[in-house]
Amino acid sequence: MTILEKYSYPNPETLKKQHLKGAIMRYSAFEILKQGLSGNKGWKPVWREPEPKAEYDVIIVGGGGHGLSTAYYLSKVFGMRNIAVLEKGWLGSGNIGRNTTIIRSNYMMPGNQPFYEFSLKLWEGLEQDFNYNAMVSQRSILNLFHSDPQRDAFVRRANAMILSGADAELADEAQLRRELPFLDFDNARFPIKGGLYQRRGGTVRHDAVAWGYARGADSRGVDIIQNCEVTGFDIENGVCTGVQSSKGRIRAKKVAVCVAGSSSRVMSLAGMRLPIESHVLQAFVTEGLKPTLPGVITFGAGHFYVSQSDKGGLVFGGDIDGYNTYAQRGNLPVVEDVAEGGMAIMPMIGRARLLRSWGGVMDMSMDGSPFIDKTHIDGLYFNGGWCYGGFKATPASGYCYAHLLANDTPHPVAKEMRLDRFKRGHIIDEKGQGNQPNLH
Amino acid sequence: MIINHPLLGPRDAAEFVYLGDAALIDRPDPEAENADEKFYEYGYLRDNPAGEHQELWYHEQGDRSWLVVTRDTLTHEITSVKLARDEAKKRGRDK
Repeated sequence: MTILEKYSYPNPETLKKQHLKGAIMRYSAFEILKQGLSGNKGWKPVWREPEPKAEYDVIIVGGGGHGLSTAYYLSKVFGMRNIAVLEKGWLGSGNIGRNTTIIRSNYMMPGNQPFYEFSLKLWEGLEQDFNYNAMVSQRSILNLFHSDPQRDAFVRRANAMILSGADAELADEAQLRRELPFLDFDNARFPIKGGLYQRRGGTVRHDAVAWGYARGADSRGVDIIQNCEVTGFDIENGVCTGVQSSKGRIRAKKVAVCVAGSSSRVMSLAGMRLPIESHVLQAFVTEGLKPTLPGVITFGAGHFYVSQSDKGGLVFGGDIDGYNTYAQRGNLPVVEDVAEGGMAIMPMIGRARLLRSWGGVMDMSMDGSPFIDKTHIDGLYFNGGWCYGGFKATPASGYCYAHLLANDTPHPVAKEMRLDRFKRGHIIDEKGQGNQPNLH
Repeated sequence: MIINHPLLGPRDAAEFVYLGDAALIDRPDPEAENADEKFYEYGYLRDNPAGEHQELWYHEQGDRSWLVVTRDTLTHEITSVKLARDEAKKRGRDK
């Protein structure tokens, strides 16, 4: 049984019939030819810009990747139509536009791994599903190891991955020397002894994910309302009946918060404290180079990972800065640390010039794992705590959140991602670091 | 970021290790009726404010003192640095 059958993903034939019933344009090679011959004057806006209605069945707070994919799957798979997505800034202006675009399912814990494999399977069918070019590129991800104990840990992880239906492959040093001759195999502190490949991992064009989900949701009647900040929740007798926003009061049967990076700020409006700290993660990109890196390479021991974008830039990053912050920028010690990691494992990176760097604010949770759950307030739902791994989760996060909103029961692959798990002692701590967010 | 250490003067933040919210000084009473609830909140829930934040930094590559740093999480501006020892005594801890 595949993971999709196991977790009741709808039949592909049904999906095809439901596919894009709205008035939007369908993209195809023929359409490009036709538009090209007629001066490209016939393209239509990809989504509407509606004003909010007085009431919705579901209001999703946050128009980033996860919020938009929630709206998309709610409208497409779970048959709900009367939905609004409220976005404080412009669509996709948060972390969906500030990440390093990697997809993978190489986790280990039972509360995590089936979820991420479900997500990877959704990535694999995403572009056909929403008829939008998200440039999903399964160019592989490789985790390097440097010692026997680390190899044993990776073998164990690989087995956990395979048990969940994912692919995993161990590569020895000789194979990596052939495939990636530019790595510093004889590094004195971290000699490369091999690596764990997930060939189905890779990268995706991140902005296109937001746009594709937005277009798909909009075509099914979802109102995507930009420049609309939620400033409060209407809570009466323990029931959430709507939100206060910069465009006035909007009533809703269910309010679904999905604002990772700002979760503590938004949920404090409902009087909630979360098991989350906000931290900044920096990322970097070099000038465009000729094709150099076949896939994503991670050097966990030295806090460095790198891939090459389709434009040719080397996209890389490392550790979080490590202190609470809401500023979307980091500090120089981490820049130095990341650069050292890069030089240690891939010395040729020293010849590339840095083009840009940026920082994204993320919800670092107390065990390094996320939340998709109801709150103690009826009608108020919460999705967040994605740490530095939210991008790869975008499809499954939206799918599982939509499942929770539609059925009021957690989706089987997200059933351990509960807000009260620390109270019950059921933490999902991949790294075994305990309740200190900056160590995850 | 530069942390103005009360004993050693201005030091680079890279010399320090960050722990988290200075509310961690206020450990709950283990004898209290609702100690399990209080320890859950103490161990796992955080205010995580956008703006002024009191936090614990440890001068690992220096004199190994704990500091309470008041810093703005929106601008990274540091407005006050105190020895955690003094701050804890002020809050009623015996050490």
